[in-house]
Amino acid sequence: MSKEYEMVIGLEVHVELATKTKIFCGCSTAFGGAPNTHTCPVCTGMPGSLPVLNKQVVEYATAVGLATNCTINQNCKFDRKNYFYPDNPQNYQISQLYYPICVNGGVEIETADGGKKTIGIHEIHMEEDAGKLVHDEWGDSSLVDFNRSGVPLIEIVSEPDMRSADEVIAYLEKLRQTIQYLGASDCKLNEGSMRADVNLSIREKGQTEFGTRTETKNLNSFKAIQRAIENEKNRQIDLIEAGEKVVQETRRWDDNKEYSYPMRSKEDAQDYRYFPEPDLVPILISDEWIEDIKSRQPEFREEKMVRYAEEFDLPEYDIDIITANKKLADIFEATVAICGNPKKVSNWLMVETMFLIKDRGMDVEDISFSPENLAKLIELTQSKAINGKVAKEVFARIFDEDIDPEAYVKENGLMAVNDEGELKAVIEKVIAANPKSVEDINAGKLKAMGFLVGQTMKEMKGKADPGSVNAILKELLGLE
Amino acid sequence: MSLMKMTAVELGSRIKSKEISAVEAARAALDQIKSVEDKVNSYVTVLDEDVVLERAARVQQEIEAGKLTGPLAGVPVAIKDNMCTEGILTTCSSKILSNFKPGFSSEAVLNLEKAGAVILGKTNMDEFAMGSTTETSYFGPTKNPWNTAHVPGGSSGGSCSAVAAGECFYALGSDTGGSIRQPSSFCGVTGIKPTYGTVSRYGLIAYGSSLDQIGPVAKDVTDCAVILDTIASYDAKDSTSVKREYDFASALKDDVKGMRIGIPKDYFGEGLDSEVKEAVLNVAKTLEKKGAIVEEFDLSLVSYAIPAYYVIASAEASSNLARFDGVKYGYRTEDYEGLHNMYKKTRSEGFGPEVKRRIMLGSFVLSSGYYDAYYLKALRTKALIKQAFDKAFASYDMILAPAAPTTAPKLGDSLSDPIKMYLGDIYTISVNLAGLPGISVPCGIDSKGLPIGAQFIGNCFDEKKIIQAAYSYEKTRDMMLSDMCV
Repeated sequence: MSKEYEMVIGLEVHVELATKTKIFCGCSTAFGGAPNTHTCPVCTGMPGSLPVLNKQVVEYATAVGLATNCTINQNCKFDRKNYFYPDNPQNYQISQLYYPICVNGGVEIETADGGKKTIGIHEIHMEEDAGKLVHDEWGDSSLVDFNRSGVPLIEIVSEPDMRSADEVIAYLEKLRQTIQYLGASDCKLNEGSMRADVNLSIREKGQTEFGTRTETKNLNSFKAIQRAIENEKNRQIDLIEAGEKVVQETRRWDDNKEYSYPMRSKEDAQDYRYFPEPDLVPILISDEWIEDIKSRQPEFREEKMVRYAEEFDLPEYDIDIITANKKLADIFEATVAICGNPKKVSNWLMVETMFLIKDRGMDVEDISFSPENLAKLIELTQSKAINGKVAKEVFARIFDEDIDPEAYVKENGLMAVNDEGELKAVIEKVIAANPKSVEDINAGKLKAMGFLVGQTMKEMKGKADPGSVNAILKELLGLE
Repeated sequence: MSLMKMTAVELGSRIKSKEISAVEAARAALDQIKSVEDKVNSYVTVLDEDVVLERAARVQQEIEAGKLTGPLAGVPVAIKDNMCTEGILTTCSSKILSNFKPGFSSEAVLNLEKAGAVILGKTNMDEFAMGSTTETSYFGPTKNPWNTAHVPGGSSGGSCSAVAAGECFYALGSDTGGSIRQPSSFCGVTGIKPTYGTVSRYGLIAYGSSLDQIGPVAKDVTDCAVILDTIASYDAKDSTSVKREYDFASALKDDVKGMRIGIPKDYFGEGLDSEVKEAVLNVAKTLEKKGAIVEEFDLSLVSYAIPAYYVIASAEASSNLARFDGVKYGYRTEDYEGLHNMYKKTRSEGFGPEVKRRIMLGSFVLSSGYYDAYYLKALRTKALIKQAFDKAFASYDMILAPAAPTTAPKLGDSLSDPIKMYLGDIYTISVNLAGLPGISVPCGIDSKGLPIGAQFIGNCFDEKKIIQAAYSYEKTRDMMLSDMCV
């Protein structure tokens, strides 16, 4: 490749809001559930039914807008987007085109070279999700499940400000963190509560005009997004190098096959015939309401990072991991409030918790143990009531079942034996039973010490403090 | 006096005083339906006699137990077939909903049932309320009880003819561009289109959502005021529902002294039948004699109302009717290949020509490149029309106008020329565009023996003023009933 190219990327990110009920009716938004059990006349588009806006949706959308430095359209409206599809019960989607709730915002990301860059947000609008089509494998037909129909979404439309897959990931991470901190969504890509469509074009470096863009859909993980971007970049460069033209079209990414295929071109793009939704009145967002939402905004990551350094004296590395996710930060703060020891708490979260999340194939969001039990565990180790090995075992139980470590340790007889007399008696027995090892030690082969410590721990069923065992052994063997 | 000649309120008070039972009243209405329905075709669905009489008996028990004390308890009613009634066929007079039984009842119907109404059946209408003659119904045209060679008007033609023919004591209609007032005028009955937001639209199958309102059709103004009091309510399920004062019946006072009534000159010019003109101007004279102040004025913008209305109503309709696609309920074509073919065939076979015309018109005015030129311009026109009315109501308490330019045309005369039919809505349409209340009252009979209607138009939320004026006028003439109502 002789020429140097750069990518121009803009994202359309859909986020499912964490409201208990749907955007225009009282049905539950819970994920799963037998088909068509979370439905009513409104979200199944029955004749005569009418939508009523869920206020919480406006609150969440406003909160996200404020957190991403948007201007709030204090007089916004819903519009109808008309298209026929069986998962869309009214054959129109209630969305926002003409007066979206948030406009002209942006978030700051860190670039690969450690610099800062602002990614502009063109707008954020509110809309309803569609139902789901399920193909009937027995008959030649499809079935519709309307449980998801009417689940509230916001669509965050960025400016075409990103120039690499890394910037895209950094932008998405930033959005996810911010929205999770607000509690407005859990933002799970794999469950579809966060979905990103990538608009990408390429141009020669230094050129100011945009190339022809494509939109890639069906990206269910950060890795898929990264792969799809690289793939699409190369596809477009190959076309241009071969003297062909990039066609403006929507493409679908297949992450298993690692390639995308065209879904529809601009020529057969639908005319959605948007017009103001007459069944809903305009939304007036007063200054007072905005102030109220602002006053309830949580402490965001940047502020938390500064405070953790000052208040808890944690290393930057720890702060970075703990604050990356609000759930983790919340557990950290709650635990420290009970037992102090910020560094110890941080270690448990960074090391053991992260290991178990990975091991159990979970998400940080799924952590369900209580800070009280982690605090108790830390107190047990601090007082040497249990040793480190036992503590790890007990923590796994806390992580999985949120057991009370004090009760558990007692019931299972895991208390460390710190009675010196008892320990001495056992060690004497071990020495007597292993004359060969004692000989080795006396001959200067100190490695045999480890064997004796191991034997003692075995006798003690792991409940002894290895430090104490070492000390007594040395004393009895006259090594000090 | 024959039972069916009674007004709803008269019947209600006699049921209350135990002179008549709710069952007798229901029986009388069912008998009348049996004897005249063949001639007029007011109903799409008449409920089974057993069902009606059982409901009447239950209402009678509740009246006797003192649980139902309202003025409409036990009075039989007919409901326009675009209002959902739980478990009862609700077709909008369309093939596409010809088998549709809703799972819930509309709010207005629930309000009536709470007041002890006994539903007789569902009345015929123009398909999806699109039309001015009730000839576009999939179930055949309704005929005017005054002369069955003529149309009853529309789209609430079935409701108005049922009242005029004595096939019910009152009915509910809906009015998007005159669909209560114009057929009321053609059938010699009284009907109110309330201020937008007064009666919940929940359960009303939408035509033009920003214009649709449910309202009463009855023999006189008193009935209409009492019915409106019963059906009007703030409903959180309808975002366009308004919290407001009701108590319409308190306006039933024979007094117009000092009321300022404006006569828009531009409503009395070309295109208005001379007999209609004379009858309506006589209403003005009558009220003037009773002490009202009557003045002519220029309303302006009258010629823009019809194009603006047909753009807005059709645009909304093209979207509102998209859900009738054969997927979830209603008619589905028998043979099809794939999804698109199913949609196409279902909708081609399921909708009649007038509905298709408006869906196409509405889709066109919303399509990319035309939205600004048509739809946005129509919205701006709508805003200007509202301003013109605001100006008028700064000077007048109400406006007096004809309900329609002519009396009822002959069957078949209108459908051949849709533009002519659209122009017939000229006096009613602006009222919907501006969200205003209007009442149509009979004010005479033309040389062909057909009723003429006068329309009082009030400012938003001023139903009481127009009810009072209409009531005062009504006191000066005899009750008008068709010969069929015996």
